[in-house]
Amino acid sequence: MSAQLEIVEVSKSFGGVQAVGRVSLEVRRGEILSVIGPNGAGKTTLLNMISGFYHPDTGRILLEGRDVTHSAPSRVAELGVARTFQNIALFRGMTVLDNLMLGRHVRMKAGVVASFIYWGFAQREEVANRRRVEDIIDFLRIQDLRRRPCGSLAYGLQKRVELGRALALDPKILLLDEPMGGCNHEEKEDMARFILDVNQEWGTTIILIEHDMGVVMDISDRVAVLDMGQKIAEGTPDEVRANPQVIKAYLGDAKGATNGGRRG
Amino acid sequence: MAELTTLPRLLQRNARDLGARPAIREKDRGIWQTWTWRQYHDQVRDLALGLAALGFQRGERLSVIGDNRPRLYWAQVAAQCLGGVPVPVYQDSIARELAYVWKHAEVSVIVAEDQEQVDKILALRAELPGLRLVVYDDPRGMTSYRHEWLKSYEVVQETGRKFAADHPSYFETEIEKVRPEDVAIISYTSGTTGNPKGAMITHANAIAVADSFRLASSLTADDTALAYLPMAWAGDSVYTLFAGLSVGFCANCPESPETVQRDLRELGPTTLLAPPRIWENMLTALQVRTSDATPIKRRTFEYFRSAAERAEILRVEGKRLPVGLRLATALGEVFVYRPVRDQLGLRQTRWVLTGGAPLGPDTFRFFRSIGVNLKQVYGSTETTGLVSLQPDAEANPSTAGRPVSGIEVKIGDRGEVLVRGAAVFKGYLKNEEATREVIDPDGWFHTGDAGFVDPQGHLVIIDRAKDVGALADGTPFAPQFIENKLKFSPYIREAVSFGHEKPFVSAMIAIDPGTVGNWAERRGLPYTSYMDLSQKPEVRDLIREEIRRGNETLPESTKIRRFLLLTKDLDADDAEITRTRKVRRRYVADKYSAVIDALYGGLDEAVLSTAITYEDGRQATIQSRVSIEDVGEVAARV
Repeated sequence: MSAQLEIVEVSKSFGGVQAVGRVSLEVRRGEILSVIGPNGAGKTTLLNMISGFYHPDTGRILLEGRDVTHSAPSRVAELGVARTFQNIALFRGMTVLDNLMLGRHVRMKAGVVASFIYWGFAQREEVANRRRVEDIIDFLRIQDLRRRPCGSLAYGLQKRVELGRALALDPKILLLDEPMGGCNHEEKEDMARFILDVNQEWGTTIILIEHDMGVVMDISDRVAVLDMGQKIAEGTPDEVRANPQVIKAYLGDAKGATNGGRRG
Repeated sequence: MAELTTLPRLLQRNARDLGARPAIREKDRGIWQTWTWRQYHDQVRDLALGLAALGFQRGERLSVIGDNRPRLYWAQVAAQCLGGVPVPVYQDSIARELAYVWKHAEVSVIVAEDQEQVDKILALRAELPGLRLVVYDDPRGMTSYRHEWLKSYEVVQETGRKFAADHPSYFETEIEKVRPEDVAIISYTSGTTGNPKGAMITHANAIAVADSFRLASSLTADDTALAYLPMAWAGDSVYTLFAGLSVGFCANCPESPETVQRDLRELGPTTLLAPPRIWENMLTALQVRTSDATPIKRRTFEYFRSAAERAEILRVEGKRLPVGLRLATALGEVFVYRPVRDQLGLRQTRWVLTGGAPLGPDTFRFFRSIGVNLKQVYGSTETTGLVSLQPDAEANPSTAGRPVSGIEVKIGDRGEVLVRGAAVFKGYLKNEEATREVIDPDGWFHTGDAGFVDPQGHLVIIDRAKDVGALADGTPFAPQFIENKLKFSPYIREAVSFGHEKPFVSAMIAIDPGTVGNWAERRGLPYTSYMDLSQKPEVRDLIREEIRRGNETLPESTKIRRFLLLTKDLDADDAEITRTRKVRRRYVADKYSAVIDALYGGLDEAVLSTAITYEDGRQATIQSRVSIEDVGEVAARV
């Protein structure tokens, strides 16, 4: 099966520090691929390059054969790549429903004039979008939170709403940056369940950055390991677990974890 | 058309006579979806025929597990139409309890709401050799589940529609075969001792109780109800299934258990059944919101609330209301009572019922004073849920109401309430001995409740008969009676009192984390957890005052002398209370024997060793020291 997303030898430096160095990765349609590595390994930088927040210094990124190396984030989103953030990025003063409706913004076609008139096209579009958002609310079991401002929700629930906001885009590829960071055990289990369900129900390809090794090994089809900006291993969870370089990066070499600080 | 002697025949009647009227609603994706009686009938038929095509035989047992969903109700009726027996189970039961019920009832088909429930069944699959088909409602997350015996609801209904083409009148013929004396549902009683028992309720029982319920509460097809109480509880079967089918009113399933309060407000049902806990929660929420309101709003509310309560007290005493008070309550109706009823979702209610446990007189009076027709009901699973109900004009917080039509009540030995009538169940499944213990040769069902009939003709329930004991000096001691006095306090969630063959009465108390937490916050009292909060000296003082207040209404010899605060709430998962929140007294006495010894040994501290059972069955033990307190003399009041 051909790759849905091809990352070819991308590099990115900030000042003198190389965050990502010549990393290549092929993401297959419908898989759950986890990217793991110590702090500062370049995981989030890689994600930022895929979603267009950063552009690589060298190398290419191909989304379904189309070159998106230098595309703007909005363009990448239109092409079907949605993401969540390590630090939740929701409008805290807005309700859950409004945040999710906003997530569908790129899918809305009605212009200023049509929206102003409202009846007709804009209304039909609003109804269709609301229906999709309600599907997501049902899917994530947050019916009781529709009218709650996001800022008033518990952390784990905000993470869930953020996933919903990304899903509202109807993504082909979903980038999740530490969706379980800061969550308790139960919230992690729920989130893992939602990720699996999104993947299975809607066939969405998922690229996941996560520190909880238990979760990563449980739900991933494949795992790629970054250390100090280099890809040091790639394979099934079992292969990666047995890889001596991975063990060294995680346990053996303390410098790897502390030298570069946190770049992601 | 045959006589309306079974539930499936009522369904056929409704489809014919009430075909276009709403039968059941469910909130889906934020919008209420309605099925008419015609559609209800067709849904049941398609599922029943699908089950038949998959080999469902007469007498087979079908279990449902999940929240209140139209499809789970239809599945129960579908089983009944085929001469099968539905066995609803509590959706929050732990694996061991589920395995027991499914094995004991020899369940061969389970209709499950979603993946969460299917996963529980999968984990128990090896223990259930008789289980041959599992049907799931919500397909979410189920795509990767591939088992021969696991099918989606749609697939089964589709199978049913194909089956119908080859067997045109199969459904109607099967319904013809159902007899009134056939078992219509097996309702497992949560049982405060030992394993749950399966009460067999026949179609005749179901129809008898639906009739007396309709007569006692003047239900009509125009009524609406909220179907949100656990389907495994006999009360929900009576209300939503039996009365629903018999009367033809519309039942409404909330979107999720968390949205019940909002759904209630949106719907504004005309009838509502709720246990005391829900009324107490409503009142507490209202008080919290009042204390957060602006001073002018708060004072307005307080003024009209107190006017309403004074008026209610006069009304109960049958006295005339002074003109000033009449004016105040008339104004209050416009500015306060109606808006409050509207906020609570009670604006259109003709009556609302509370039962299962006593409701505090203050809470009771509050709802009645703002114009909610709150009444008490009494019943048990074995009497198909209904024995007595208060007429509108005779509502009061201390009785269980008048026996409904078709029910005879008398008081037996040791003050036990005995019940006879068409609604008394057939017996316990596979337990002749237990059946003989509760139904005597004359057909009287022994409720196990101690009570009496007051001069007005109302039944009054005191306690479980077997729990009524005596203090060391011979004074009669009714533990539940005392516990209820304590539980009327908003700060006390559960209480267990001891005293049988003891020199005095003592109590173990579980605080209400919501109200006590709120109380602590208002006082700037920091706490980390339930355990921490429960052992704060300030909280102990708060509870001591509450106990003193409860003591005021108790006779001198049964006043509570000593107490301690538990470091966790009593929990059904730990088998301390039943799923309907009744204390399993013997088990608790056994489990906390060291603590009871400390209460009576004059110690001022006890080591509490609590085993906690998680929902997946894992166990953990937590040890903690709790201090034991004397209640002391009741503070002198000016």
